[in-house]
Amino acid sequence: MNFYLLTLIKMALTALVLLTCCAYAVWVERKVLAHIQLRPGPYRVGPHGLLQPLADLIKLLTKEGIVPSYANPFFYLLAPFLAVALALTAIVVIPFTPEFELFGVRTAIGLTDLNIGILFLLALSSLGVYGIAIGGWASNNKYSLMGSLRSSAQMVSYELPLAMAIVSPLLLVNTLNLREIVELQNGFHFGLLPKWNVFASPVPQALGFVIFLIAAFAETNRVPFDLPEAESELVAGFHTEYSSMMFASFFMAEYANIITICCVATVLFLGGWHPLWPAEYGSDLVPVVLLAAAGLMLLFHAAQAARRRKWDRFTFPVFGVLLLGLAPVFLIPVLKPVLIPFFWFVAKAGFLVFVFIWIRGTLPRYRYDQLMRFAWTFLFPLSLANLLVTGLVVALAG
Amino acid sequence: MPEGYLPIFIFLICAILFPLVLLAIFRYLRPSLPIPVKLEAYECGIRAASNARGRYTVRFYIVAILFVVFDVETIFLFPWAVRFRQLAWFGVAEVAVFLSILIVGYIWAYKKGALEWV
Repeated sequence: MNFYLLTLIKMALTALVLLTCCAYAVWVERKVLAHIQLRPGPYRVGPHGLLQPLADLIKLLTKEGIVPSYANPFFYLLAPFLAVALALTAIVVIPFTPEFELFGVRTAIGLTDLNIGILFLLALSSLGVYGIAIGGWASNNKYSLMGSLRSSAQMVSYELPLAMAIVSPLLLVNTLNLREIVELQNGFHFGLLPKWNVFASPVPQALGFVIFLIAAFAETNRVPFDLPEAESELVAGFHTEYSSMMFASFFMAEYANIITICCVATVLFLGGWHPLWPAEYGSDLVPVVLLAAAGLMLLFHAAQAARRRKWDRFTFPVFGVLLLGLAPVFLIPVLKPVLIPFFWFVAKAGFLVFVFIWIRGTLPRYRYDQLMRFAWTFLFPLSLANLLVTGLVVALAG
Repeated sequence: MPEGYLPIFIFLICAILFPLVLLAIFRYLRPSLPIPVKLEAYECGIRAASNARGRYTVRFYIVAILFVVFDVETIFLFPWAVRFRQLAWFGVAEVAVFLSILIVGYIWAYKKGALEWV
């Protein structure tokens, strides 16, 4: 098939899936937080609040967009679009599946395959500071300016441990290409433990993974490092003045960043699309069992007479049958080389997104001096030591 | 491989156009009633006391300078990581010397109190 046609099709699919994921990441976050706090969470719009993201989008789009009279209009309008464009573009280098052949077309899920993939991601994540810095400055509001200054300082400080934590697994794989990095993590120790970089043979990169995750929390301005939008002191931080579509852009950029950084962690440390245990012990059956179990559970609830909610009488059986019908798709031999790796990638990245939300529901916020001291006097030396030890041990091992 | 970068540019253009198109379409659906009070800077309901473009703590500048020094360092580590097998012990020794110079700088900055906030 034509290269350009294929690229356009893949791009449209990626954009659609990414935007939907961003919208539903918000729903998942609200639901998980609610259940951590023993509340039901969004419940009114659609079954179990499933249409809530759509309602939020319509509400935000039809609100009045205010440009404050003291603001610098050009930069004020530029900032949210800069933030969202850079955040969405980062997904193009992530490889989701190995190359496969389907209906005579040889391709892979994942838009492009750069030989400098990691540097590209680092460059984009550095540029992400601009959206926040420009937005906060252009608003000409004290809260916005404080939020954007804090955010810029925090993001540049945590970029050092992040980059250091990325270099140490690179010592093991010796390439910047994300697809090659995943392919080199193939195989199992003793036929059981996967050879991901967290369990790599001379030096396991578990410490590097933890440093990367902590720095990722700070880079995406999430709890416990959400100082730029600390509600109790800064109203809403850098987007205090923003409303309507411009606020939605900042919001979307934040969730796109979270999804991208979880995918990067999956590629670098968790072995990308490689399964948790060998296929001989039935790792291929995991998606089938999970989907079937979920479908059966929904059908069981649909059969319960005590359920009297208006929506549930339709949605439980419909979703139950849908999930049950989806389960055997993972058994079709033609689709297997696509769907099984894709499932494992999405499962790992999705689990990391869940960890982001989990931590938000668990930890309190840092104080700003603690945050900066933690980055410069603890995390940075620790990542440096991790890098040096990794280099020495890998060189000793030959 | 120039075609490897083509999807990035197309995707970037789409990512820029997407919010702009939404903005343009919904301009006709949303209200626009700008009144002077509404357009004031938000300061929890009271009138803005002064312009926001005032002075702020010098700590932010120090963090920015430190970042430039140490971030350039991390960029030099990437080529070393990629060519690690070929360079072997020579590369390790070079990086050890390079990093030790920076670690001395780090200790100096620490002693000067540049890493302490307040």
